[in-house]
Amino acid sequence: MASIWHDIEPLLLNVEKPARYIGLERGIVRPPHNPKNVAWLLTYPDAYEVGFPNQGLQILYEIINELLVGEAERAYAPWVDLEEEMRAKNIPLFSVDTHRPADEFDVLAFNLSSELVYTNVLNCIDLSGIPLRSADRGADDPLVGAGGHCTYNPEPLADFIDFFVLGDGEEVVSELTYAIHQWKNSEEGNLDRERILRNLSQIEGVYVPLLYNPVENENGFQMLEPLFDDTPALIEKRTITSLEDWPYPKNQLVPITEVVHDRLNVEVFRGCTRGCRFCQAGMITRPVRERSLDQVRTMVTTGLRKTGYDQVALTSLSTADYSHIEKAVAAVGDNPLSCGQTGVSLPSLRVDAFTVDIAATIQGGKRSGLTFAPEAGTWRMRQVINKLITEEDLYGAVESAFSQGWRRVKLYFLIGLPTETDEDTLGIADLARNCVQIGKKYNKQASVTVSVGGFVPKPFTPFQWFGQNTSEELQRKINLLKDATSRIRGVQLKWHDPKATLIEGVLSRGDRALSALVEEVWKSGGTFQEWSEHFDLDRWLLSMEKLGLSVEKYVYRHREKSEPLPWDHLDAGLYKDFLWQEWRDALEEVGLEDCRWTPCYDCGACTGYGLDHVVASTSPPVGGSQGTWQDLTKGSEAPQLLTIRKKSEKV
Amino acid sequence: MIHLRLKSSKTGKIRFASHRDIAKVWERTLRVSSIPLVYSQGFSPRPKIAYGLALPTGAESDCEYIDIQIDNSKETPLQVEEICGLLNSNLPPGIEINGASVMEGKFPSLQQTVTSCLWDITVNEDDTTVDSWLDRIESENEIVLRRERKGKEVIDDIKPLVYLVRRKNKKIDGRITVQAELGTQPRSLRPSELLRSLEPHLSEYKLYRRKQIVEEGGQRLDPLEVAGATQMRSLVGAL
Repeated sequence: MASIWHDIEPLLLNVEKPARYIGLERGIVRPPHNPKNVAWLLTYPDAYEVGFPNQGLQILYEIINELLVGEAERAYAPWVDLEEEMRAKNIPLFSVDTHRPADEFDVLAFNLSSELVYTNVLNCIDLSGIPLRSADRGADDPLVGAGGHCTYNPEPLADFIDFFVLGDGEEVVSELTYAIHQWKNSEEGNLDRERILRNLSQIEGVYVPLLYNPVENENGFQMLEPLFDDTPALIEKRTITSLEDWPYPKNQLVPITEVVHDRLNVEVFRGCTRGCRFCQAGMITRPVRERSLDQVRTMVTTGLRKTGYDQVALTSLSTADYSHIEKAVAAVGDNPLSCGQTGVSLPSLRVDAFTVDIAATIQGGKRSGLTFAPEAGTWRMRQVINKLITEEDLYGAVESAFSQGWRRVKLYFLIGLPTETDEDTLGIADLARNCVQIGKKYNKQASVTVSVGGFVPKPFTPFQWFGQNTSEELQRKINLLKDATSRIRGVQLKWHDPKATLIEGVLSRGDRALSALVEEVWKSGGTFQEWSEHFDLDRWLLSMEKLGLSVEKYVYRHREKSEPLPWDHLDAGLYKDFLWQEWRDALEEVGLEDCRWTPCYDCGACTGYGLDHVVASTSPPVGGSQGTWQDLTKGSEAPQLLTIRKKSEKV
Repeated sequence: MIHLRLKSSKTGKIRFASHRDIAKVWERTLRVSSIPLVYSQGFSPRPKIAYGLALPTGAESDCEYIDIQIDNSKETPLQVEEICGLLNSNLPPGIEINGASVMEGKFPSLQQTVTSCLWDITVNEDDTTVDSWLDRIESENEIVLRRERKGKEVIDDIKPLVYLVRRKNKKIDGRITVQAELGTQPRSLRPSELLRSLEPHLSEYKLYRRKQIVEEGGQRLDPLEVAGATQMRSLVGAL
């Protein structure tokens, strides 16, 4: 198949950062382009520098290319300047690996990690020359798929995506490839698109929206009816039982040009048991599955050797919770390459002194800044959201940081949380004031940056029933904080635009009627909406008005227990009763302990999947409450390795 | 410790990578190839690598230079040929080492030592236009370049830095190529600046750096041939 590099090359003379489009990264695969194979174009619907480091995409890239019948290449949303040139010259979306046009692939697959990229998804489909809507595609058109965290409410994109995949992609991507391969090379030929869509719908974890008919119930809420007898009424997420079986990426790609998170990434565990009620990632990726220390060491050593990186991130939702965190960190330090200059970063620091001590051992001389996420300003509020960090935890962490030479601490908070009062909001300023005071003991220039974001309720969390704060209310709370912090020397306040929060809220819990909204906004030119210079609230509000869609209905109102939710046909492994109970407990300000060290409260993640329950350790590690609020008397051992048996009979 | 000066190409897709991008590519390639480097002393040691004159993003070249200090104190030190072979197998397509010298004693940096560069400048203009420029460059006493520096307009006469301009006979993609030797001291005159000084909105279609030249003791030398440099002749052809 033909490379269109010669058509692309002249355009690159006139665009910003042309190296984003050339490929050539270390670790790249140039597949054989065997017409019998199933060729995937793994597309990140945002700029290259943001999409390139995405580990999910790189993992799938490797797994597919290892298959005998699979080939994978990558594409990223061209920046607006190149898109304009491409449209003028009729050049389609292309892969960066071999510069092959998108419509020569069998599958165009998107990674969805944020709602605001949805219009870019449509733009990429359109740039590929593929009909925008699933229903309009013919047998010759590529299949359009999507995975990633946003697929837990896929409805706003349901009209445009042929199949969504829920959960871990490592296993299911091969099943999809083989199913498509069989269909593509079958006797009848690949003329029958309905056939392949129905075949795909039989694979666990795969949701084919075209096979469901949206109907309204008596109260005007949308429900989905399966069209065929074999169309599953409930689609369960995929969960790999052991990370150990999937030591990917084995050849992490190294970019030629600048990208975010430019470092070796080694995932030390997946899932999280902390149970923060606002956190969708922590809910949908359960249960916790740790990688063995040996494998982490091997992945670090071989990864550094193959990539030439001098920076490693040990990734997870809360890396300080990894059973062998100290040894893993030491393993990086021991690496002989680059003159002992290999740095480690822990992308999510736990709020306690123990974690700061680890950070102190690894960052060497660099003491630029440390980031913590207490998330809420008062203990009451933190009980509601189940982020059970005591003030002592926070002050201990901050004291430890400033006393060990850091001068700047960054604190992340959410505003607009359920039951939040102005006292809770202003508690953020109090915490910041106290933190900066601690810092002044050690350094006159000590500073605390407070970063606040508006809370967006997400599907499959206890807060999925909560009515989001209006953007005016969020702005009022930001103003309260501006006033309260302006007089505190050493405290800087930053905030996320409440207007963008509003639109994230619209898309986060919307039903299928929103497909029309995404299309309307895209048509009016609204791409790259997660970039503040391109985001335009009026564009969204005008389109909603035009389509008769109510912001109140989609965002601001509280949901009833009886109300059908647009994601009720999906199963993230959590019992709805558990989530509802958690919602009630939140309103009662009752915290829930980390199930690593306490008995199972049966959220569904382990039992519902027939996995062996994660083993609770009676002996928590050293370091105070570890942000669990529990009175963990100083233990001496790390928590027991969380082990999981192979999937057995379903409960 | 040996001090190596490597010469390499930059052609094809990689031409769109910036000078800064390429610096990072070199550092990572040296680590992937497990070449033992010499590090600076101090709080945060850095490998001792010095890069030559920046090549504009989008331009191709046969003659990019880099100075690297290599720690060959190991029991079985790597030979220069081995080092170059290893690096070539790990560099991205389009960057290829095509010459090397071992440097002795103290010597000026690449930035200081190179006195001019020879460029092929391909433009999207017709014959008469190009000829009229060449005439202007030839006949006028000064060529004025206006540019912004720190918010102020700076006006320079760049004529003293234009050593040579002439048309090449061969056309590239049907386009005219002008060969120009432009001075680099005290500051480099970029081909785009020469074009801009002729016509404000003019820019090159393609740019190719053919040679970097060191004027030393009346001789015109390749940076691999300067005093103190021992060129690895065995590399020519082997790479």
